[in-house]
Amino acid sequence: MKRIVYREWRIPPQRYWSLIGYLAALIGIGALSFGYMEHEGHWVTGMSNSVVWGMPHVFAVFLIVSASGALNIASIGTVFKKPIYKPLGRLSGLLAVALLVGGLLILVTDLGRPERLIVAMTHYNFSSIFAWNIYLYTGFMAIVIAYLWSMADRQGAPFNYPIGVFALIWRLALTTGTGSIFGFLVARQAYDAAILGPMFVALSLAYGLAVFMLVLFFCFEEEGRSIGPRVLRRLRNLLALFVAVVLYFVLIYHLTNLYMAKKDAFEHWLLLGGGFYTFVFWVGWILVGNLVPLWILYHPALSEQRNWIIAACTLVILGGLAAMYVIIIGSQAFPLAMFPGHTILESGFNDGVQGAAASYWPSIPEVLLGIGGVALSLLIILVGVRVLQFLPESLADEVVAPDEEQLAEAVAVKPA
Amino acid sequence: MHRLHAPHNQPSGDESPAEAVATTRRALIGTAAGLGAAALVAPGVVLHTLSAQAETAPITNKSRWGLLIETDKCAEGCRACIEACDHEHGLDRQVPEGSPSKWEQQKAVWIRKVKLQDNQTGRITQLPLMCQHCEHPPCVDVCPTGASFKRADGIVMVDRHLCIGCRYCMMACPYKARSFIHHNTTGQLTAVPRGKGCVESCNLCVHRRDYGQDSTACADACAATGHHAILFGDLKDPESPIRRRMREIQNRQIREDLGLNTGVRYAGI
Ligand code: SF4
Ligand code: SF4
Repeated sequence: MKRIVYREWRIPPQRYWSLIGYLAALIGIGALSFGYMEHEGHWVTGMSNSVVWGMPHVFAVFLIVSASGALNIASIGTVFKKPIYKPLGRLSGLLAVALLVGGLLILVTDLGRPERLIVAMTHYNFSSIFAWNIYLYTGFMAIVIAYLWSMADRQGAPFNYPIGVFALIWRLALTTGTGSIFGFLVARQAYDAAILGPMFVALSLAYGLAVFMLVLFFCFEEEGRSIGPRVLRRLRNLLALFVAVVLYFVLIYHLTNLYMAKKDAFEHWLLLGGGFYTFVFWVGWILVGNLVPLWILYHPALSEQRNWIIAACTLVILGGLAAMYVIIIGSQAFPLAMFPGHTILESGFNDGVQGAAASYWPSIPEVLLGIGGVALSLLIILVGVRVLQFLPESLADEVVAPDEEQLAEAVAVKPA
Repeated sequence: MHRLHAPHNQPSGDESPAEAVATTRRALIGTAAGLGAAALVAPGVVLHTLSAQAETAPITNKSRWGLLIETDKCAEGCRACIEACDHEHGLDRQVPEGSPSKWEQQKAVWIRKVKLQDNQTGRITQLPLMCQHCEHPPCVDVCPTGASFKRADGIVMVDRHLCIGCRYCMMACPYKARSFIHHNTTGQLTAVPRGKGCVESCNLCVHRRDYGQDSTACADACAATGHHAILFGDLKDPESPIRRRMREIQNRQIREDLGLNTGVRYAGI
């Protein structure tokens, strides 16, 4: 094992600037969409009084959840002392901050009164999980920045472990908090489940890692740095494990819901009769997001090929967006159960007449706003790796630390 | 009982018109008392004197305002309460935008009519549904800025200067009672500030409370049609008409299981 050398991302300037240009264009379009929605009001979106959180929330929550998951790689290296992950810690920290910034920006620009952000920062209602989250998010950024310092600076090295532990705990709280935004809504049948907190942690592990792997592969590929089979195998196995955990949580979540009679109607609707939402759930979330990636990642031949691993990561991300769509929008579209044992025949406020779901169709500006947020995250990452030493020069087998098992063997054979 | 209607465009925060109203009221109370219709008018006088103080004095928890809705009196096809509410709060000044179906989904609605059928028996019920003024309101719990708040007298409302339009309260309300203002608003009434990007819902005609009137627009309108399905009053006063009626007839909360102790109660559901 050699000393790990970190080096800035040295792709040719034209290539770099053209990438930045693309992203800036996407951000610009996102900004225009924001301006349009802000000026005209939310009526130009697909949102209504029934579906109040739309596509921007799908993107924002996905980014925020991935942000905390992206930090996982650093945690495994520091807290769980797996040396093979250590060289990836810096990139993992950068991703965590960048994805969080993108996600929060979408949330803020989707507010009805975004110019009142200052109100949100000066008036707190501490019974609101939202208000806690403002602290959790800002705290997360500060901690990750300290964490990065402890990884990159010699003076910070002694603090690396304690900061790493703290960051891990914080990020668990953060994702649980994000999940709890939904999990504590007693009124909605789809929510009101404490399991949403831990389920979001599981989702974050998978999505964060998938995003991390794609960014890593892309950066290394562009510049011709090498990733050895061992690192590749490690990341792949980890992703497979996380995707399986997601599947497990989804199963438990729906089984517990099915067990509770009052949630029967919702489950029946989502799993069988919800039309588009049922499709997004089964095809988007379960098939594309979980089963196909699992099949690829466990396939004896395909799982050895980089391009297939990349495909699996992409599918996990698409599945993640589908999952957010189902969790956020599907749960609002399903009518509130206000009168158990009754059917609503008429209502002046779209209360689910004859059990009908509320209609929602994402409008183009909403989607563009979401994409703008994603582009901003990517821009921060690209600029970050370009100007600072985030990327290890090589992740080839002979450079990275040996597997722990071999490490133990090596110690055993060496005379003490 | 005489009722004073605050001028439609009265600024709720302004003191002088309030005082003017108070003076008129005192004069009227004097006249009423002077007429000597003692037994009938006396409770009215007490009520009015109390509310006359309420304008200047801070709102206290001595009262808790609420509604009792007798669904069997709510008539098929009648929209009197909705129209009165829309007029009282300027919701009838909304200018439709987008396609009619889109507008249906996006316009602000404070009170709506719901028609239900019991799955078992087929019995049909009609009722007006609005913010239930929960004692433990989930909307207030989740609001990050404290814009959603509950007054000491039990009225739950939104401070439109603090609301950032995050719509979390709408996610949390079990009654889907709140509306988000999706579009530009014009011609608002000064007593009912409303604006694009904020959330709003039934406020139990809070401006009437603060000018000492003893009813809501919906209850008045319903009474005017002769149906008398909506009764407004003080849930804390054992002698108030609403409390007396609540003792007489079975009534319950919608989604009682949530334990929110709503200020709006329904008979016959
Ligand atoms: S009904 Fe809804 S808006 Fe009204 S107080 Fe209860 S939770 Fe809040
Ligand atoms: S939309 Fe306004 S009132 Fe509702 S939770 Fe957000 S800030 Fe509070």
